[in-house]
Amino acid sequence: MSSRWPAAIKASLLIIFAVAIVPWAADEYWLSAILVPFLILSLAGLGLNLLTGFAGQLSVGTAAFMATGAYTAYNVASRLPGVPLLVAFAAGGLAAALLGVFAGLPSWRIKGFYLVVCTLAVQFFVEWLFTAFRWFSNDNSSGQVEVPPLRIAGHDFNDPIGHYWLVLAIVAVLTWVARNIVHSELGRRFLAVRDMDTAAAVIGIPVLRTKLLAFGISSFYCGVAGALWGFVYLGSFDPRAWELGRSFQVLFIIIIGGMGSIAGSFVGAAFMLLLPIAMSHLASAWLSGAVDQGTLSNYQKIVFGVLIIFFLIKEPLGLASIGRALQRRVRIWPLRQW
Amino acid sequence: MGYLLETLVGGLLAGIMYSMVAIGFVLIYKASGVFNFAQGAMVLFSALTFVSLIERNVSFGCALIITAAVMVVVAVLAERLVLRFLVNRPPVTLFMATLGLSYVLEGTAQALWGADVHGLDLGIDDVPVSILGLRLSRFDLFASATAAVLVVLLSLFANRTRIGRSLRAVADDPLAALSLGVRLPKIWRWVWTLAGLVGFIAGLLWGSRSGVQFSLTLVVLKAMPVLIIGGFDSIEGAIVGGLIVGASEKLAEVYVGPIVGGGIENWFPYFLAVGLLLVRPAGLFGDRAVVRV
Repeated sequence: MSSRWPAAIKASLLIIFAVAIVPWAADEYWLSAILVPFLILSLAGLGLNLLTGFAGQLSVGTAAFMATGAYTAYNVASRLPGVPLLVAFAAGGLAAALLGVFAGLPSWRIKGFYLVVCTLAVQFFVEWLFTAFRWFSNDNSSGQVEVPPLRIAGHDFNDPIGHYWLVLAIVAVLTWVARNIVHSELGRRFLAVRDMDTAAAVIGIPVLRTKLLAFGISSFYCGVAGALWGFVYLGSFDPRAWELGRSFQVLFIIIIGGMGSIAGSFVGAAFMLLLPIAMSHLASAWLSGAVDQGTLSNYQKIVFGVLIIFFLIKEPLGLASIGRALQRRVRIWPLRQW
Repeated sequence: MGYLLETLVGGLLAGIMYSMVAIGFVLIYKASGVFNFAQGAMVLFSALTFVSLIERNVSFGCALIITAAVMVVVAVLAERLVLRFLVNRPPVTLFMATLGLSYVLEGTAQALWGADVHGLDLGIDDVPVSILGLRLSRFDLFASATAAVLVVLLSLFANRTRIGRSLRAVADDPLAALSLGVRLPKIWRWVWTLAGLVGFIAGLLWGSRSGVQFSLTLVVLKAMPVLIIGGFDSIEGAIVGGLIVGASEKLAEVYVGPIVGGGIENWFPYFLAVGLLLVRPAGLFGDRAVVRV
């Protein structure tokens, strides 16, 4: 799509916004309760989007890959003193990628729901693995682990603003890489496999290898997101942080945000995080406490369900596509394309 | 040996309960190709509605009728508001739509009736009875009998009634059925109603066994390996798959579980299912799909 603003200007505006304006405008609550989880969930959404939105392989094992990333990073960081934190995060991502390639192996023969069931198998297995074997949580009887302090090359990242910088930097770099993957030959192969794998095979694309690469890369992103979720957002965690519900949350992020769109992962994550907060603010402002937290979470479930169905019916490409349509209209305003 | 047999039969009987949920899936999948993730939510929704009616002093029979009517309404709404607009979309999209539907149903059920655990008493004591020297749960036997009656009724319905014949016609070849004047939306309403009622019965059995509570929705996760093993489009497959999953899961828990620290019930059936998938992608009883390139 042609745009009057070159991508470089857009990117630098975004960077100025994230680096200069956000830390200045946001208070501690916004930084640690909204912006940090937003960035991390965006990263997980980006990972799943590479697999589902670009390569067309639906997965509901995202939470398992995140948990693998978090526990690997934890074990590397706590058992091998002296290993830099970023290396531990990368190790988490790599372990998740390995698991992802393994989980993707059945895609050699099966697709669709059957593959969904394979990723569910991985999800339950990983939940059980980290719960049943206390070795992973350093033999702590409750399964709860405390992460080591966040120090990178002598810099301390243990306050909300430090959390924000750390997560922002990692997410920015990985997003840039994802953008390049999507625009590379590999990205084109993903699209070909998604749109019609038989045709892809006929024109000489190694379908299985492409699918496995999609699984690996996607799981790497999810693994790093999981490590960040555990280390930066939660601080201390147990396997319950990555139950099946988390997988669905990330899936909803990409359905609402936009399948096959990098920006969509971010928009979807913001939407998923802000909507419940907005709903609880509205409930307390209008109904003044007549609705308790439990009831509210039920209403949130209904709203999310309705939104999912609405987006699947009306806008399968999600908020990102609505955004693009708006942009197009604004650019030629007051004329109309249709 | 006696213990092995008892574990095996206990597992088989528990497997019947999985089959009950899986049958609801199969009905919808056969007639519309939709993999209905909301089946578990329908189980919860119906059981919770029933229990809440009973607790409000509605008589047993009335509560049955009202809940069944509610499930019909749910089926009609699902067709009118969701499925109708998703015709001809990829199956995975439909799957995600039912995921959204399950959120709506779960949220509605709990917003209406609360999130407490409700006890449900069907008047069957879960006492062990002795048959041929094996100690079996009377409740499990009752559940199996219910399942048997249900399957007989469903097959009578499919073979002897007009609407049942159109159901089978649609399952066989939707396009041919359409051209003969079968109205698809009507068929969808019928199968969703049937699936809702089967889910209701499953909800009653599961609910009286473990209390009517949110975890009822998780039976959907138990039913998935059952479906994979039996095949998505075969009711016999759902029964046999349920039996296999129930038995193997109990045996694995008893004999393999202690070696690896227990709690393997949650993923063992899945591994069984994935293993089978690699050998027989259409399940034991499913039709092998012929894909046109």
